[in-house]
Amino acid sequence: MNALCDMPTGKSARVVGVPGDGAMNRRLLDVGFTPGAAVTCLFQAPGGDPRAYLVRGAVIALRREDARAVQVEPALREVVAWA
Amino acid sequence: MGLNGARLVALAGNPNVGKSTVFNALTGMRQHTGNWPGKTVASARGTCRHAGREYELVDTPGAYSLNAHSAEEEVTRDFLCFGGAEAVIVVCDATCLERNLNLALQILELTPRVVLCVNLMDEAARRRIRVDTRALERLLGVPVVGTSARGGRGLERLLERVDEVVGRAPEHPLRVAYPPELESEVERLSRSVALRLDGRLDARWTALRLLEGNDAALDAVQAHLSPLDIRPALQAAQNARAVLGMSAQQVETAVVGAIYREAERLCAAAVHSQEAQDGRRLRVDRLLTGRLTGIPAMLLLLAAVFYLTIRGANLPSQLLSDALFSLEAPLSRALDALGASWLRGPLVEGAYRTLAWVVSVMLPPMAIFFPLFTLLEDVGFLPRVAFNLDGCFKRCHACGKQALTVCMGFGCNAAGVVGCRIIDSPRERLIAILTNALTPCNGRFPLLIQLITLFFVGALGGGAVSGALMLTGLIVLSLGMTLLASRLLSATLLRGVPSAFTLELPPFRRPQVGRVIVRSVFDRTLFVLGRAAAVAAPAGLVIWLLANIAPGGVSLMARLNALLDPLGRLLGMDGVLLTAFLLGFPANEIVLPLAVMGYAQGNALAQTGGALALRTLLSQNGWTEWTALCVMLFSLFHWPCSTTLLTIRRETGSARWTALALLLPTALGMALCALVAAAARVLA
Repeated sequence: MNALCDMPTGKSARVVGVPGDGAMNRRLLDVGFTPGAAVTCLFQAPGGDPRAYLVRGAVIALRREDARAVQVEPALREVVAWA
Repeated sequence: MGLNGARLVALAGNPNVGKSTVFNALTGMRQHTGNWPGKTVASARGTCRHAGREYELVDTPGAYSLNAHSAEEEVTRDFLCFGGAEAVIVVCDATCLERNLNLALQILELTPRVVLCVNLMDEAARRRIRVDTRALERLLGVPVVGTSARGGRGLERLLERVDEVVGRAPEHPLRVAYPPELESEVERLSRSVALRLDGRLDARWTALRLLEGNDAALDAVQAHLSPLDIRPALQAAQNARAVLGMSAQQVETAVVGAIYREAERLCAAAVHSQEAQDGRRLRVDRLLTGRLTGIPAMLLLLAAVFYLTIRGANLPSQLLSDALFSLEAPLSRALDALGASWLRGPLVEGAYRTLAWVVSVMLPPMAIFFPLFTLLEDVGFLPRVAFNLDGCFKRCHACGKQALTVCMGFGCNAAGVVGCRIIDSPRERLIAILTNALTPCNGRFPLLIQLITLFFVGALGGGAVSGALMLTGLIVLSLGMTLLASRLLSATLLRGVPSAFTLELPPFRRPQVGRVIVRSVFDRTLFVLGRAAAVAAPAGLVIWLLANIAPGGVSLMARLNALLDPLGRLLGMDGVLLTAFLLGFPANEIVLPLAVMGYAQGNALAQTGGALALRTLLSQNGWTEWTALCVMLFSLFHWPCSTTLLTIRRETGSARWTALALLLPTALGMALCALVAAAARVLA
């Protein structure tokens, strides 16, 4: 199990959970980072942070420290349904 | 019920799904906008008729969920819970249905009177995503209508279905099933609160919020349904969580998880995607945000917009100026004929001449700049700018969305200040408000463009290209100052660490060129021009009077100039320029025209349309390249205009923050100009 922020660009994973109890954790759940969701890291800003993640058909940018709150595990298959 | 017996219908949806387009298409010009009572959140209401019935539509702010994390989402939740709407239209993005259904399913827990509007069907078709609205309707148990609001398709049908649910509530709306043990506690708790709610709010929804320990939502319930007392229910919820062996946070994760699983199931049955995997969109995004390409691409686009503005504005500016100044002679003759020759000075040489100048100098660049900028906005470029610059803003302990408010400031600082509402953290929002005037608004671009053209382009060579590059340089400088000021503020008065940040990057959308031009001409160009013109004529009159009322043989103007001259010299300028900046307080657009009037006082006023004549006049009054540089710097960094200050006062509700918003850029500008002036004295 890893943190979302450590996932390299171009890779996909599956969300395990968003442990913790803050406003940001609730926000992450609301935009779709719920257990089981497929997530792909698409690209990053020129400075390497924030990064853009594809989750449930939308692209959401997260800063590194916020993406750390999301626990992920390797996806069974790569999800690249995006163009 | 709404006004005059109209049916009240709420419009809800995620941000960026075209909710406002649906609202505008349905209500047309019959809208009124304002603020939600007691909040700095914009509200829009409008009316429309269908089949002889009047509807009052309320456009709620974009929200990802009813769990409320921002002032906007709170407004949406409270209106849907307590606003008394007879139906809710939930607008969804057909290309991103799964995420959108999260909100739709939450709203279905509040009321069955829902019509799902699956918008952007045209875009989905282009991306080879097919949404089976009939299957979706069967599964959801409420009407589902596919629309393409930009093309006006499907809206008639949408109103028909709204009519249907207003008449009779759907009988079997989909109910999200939670894990069995959670369900039994929800059931038990909702039975106990149902008695107290007495049908004023859905009991199951309230029970879920109780189990989640969603204090904000429960406070709202308490406030809206007083004298209802929910404290006993809070204890019951705590007991229920103990029975379940779950924390409030675990309940919430389970609830949101179950809703999303339901959304997945619905999409699996109703969405058929054959989206081509050519990754073109990804390649564009990677180019615009790449380590080596991101920032240069941004600057290049900005420079291109400036180039087109400078290049394109020259000729029409000249034509307009010739036409308007040629009207001076007939105007004077008309006044003579009316026997009012004494009015010729103040009205024609004062008011009219300033007005003619402002119109001819401002209109062409604005008519080019605004549509180009709106086009970039429409395509979806601005969120990428915020994405690229977030790292810089984070290092200054500010929010990346501040970059978006900076972009709005290019149009008008007052609009930029209002735009700061998109920043959730109050501290970061204040930083963005206080620094917005450091971004040159459209009222200041003409001065910058004109001085660059007069004093620097010739020396640099390359015409409009070098002009555009120099202007881009000034913008980079103003951005640097914004960052510096933000850092200063967060190290002193507004101390704190950067808060969390989520930013959605919507897909690039094909711009609606026709609508962009109409919208930017009417909403922005004419608005700003009207405001400038309304100020220019009276200011021209004032300056004529100052120049011509001469008690003791010395004009008021000369006295004022002499008074301000020492400070002006210290800042690399002179008294006339400072007077012009002071009188330009109502509108930055008129600073340069006022300065020119000031220089020409006493003499028969030279008509100042021609660039060469202007350059000569300025040189005769001791201008060098250094003077021009100081004027440009002071134009970038000085007090915000009166409209912006009033807006800051309204948005912050504080005279002290407003005073700081005035002092901060002024101090920065004075320091910078004094430095440049000192350097000029050493070098020259």
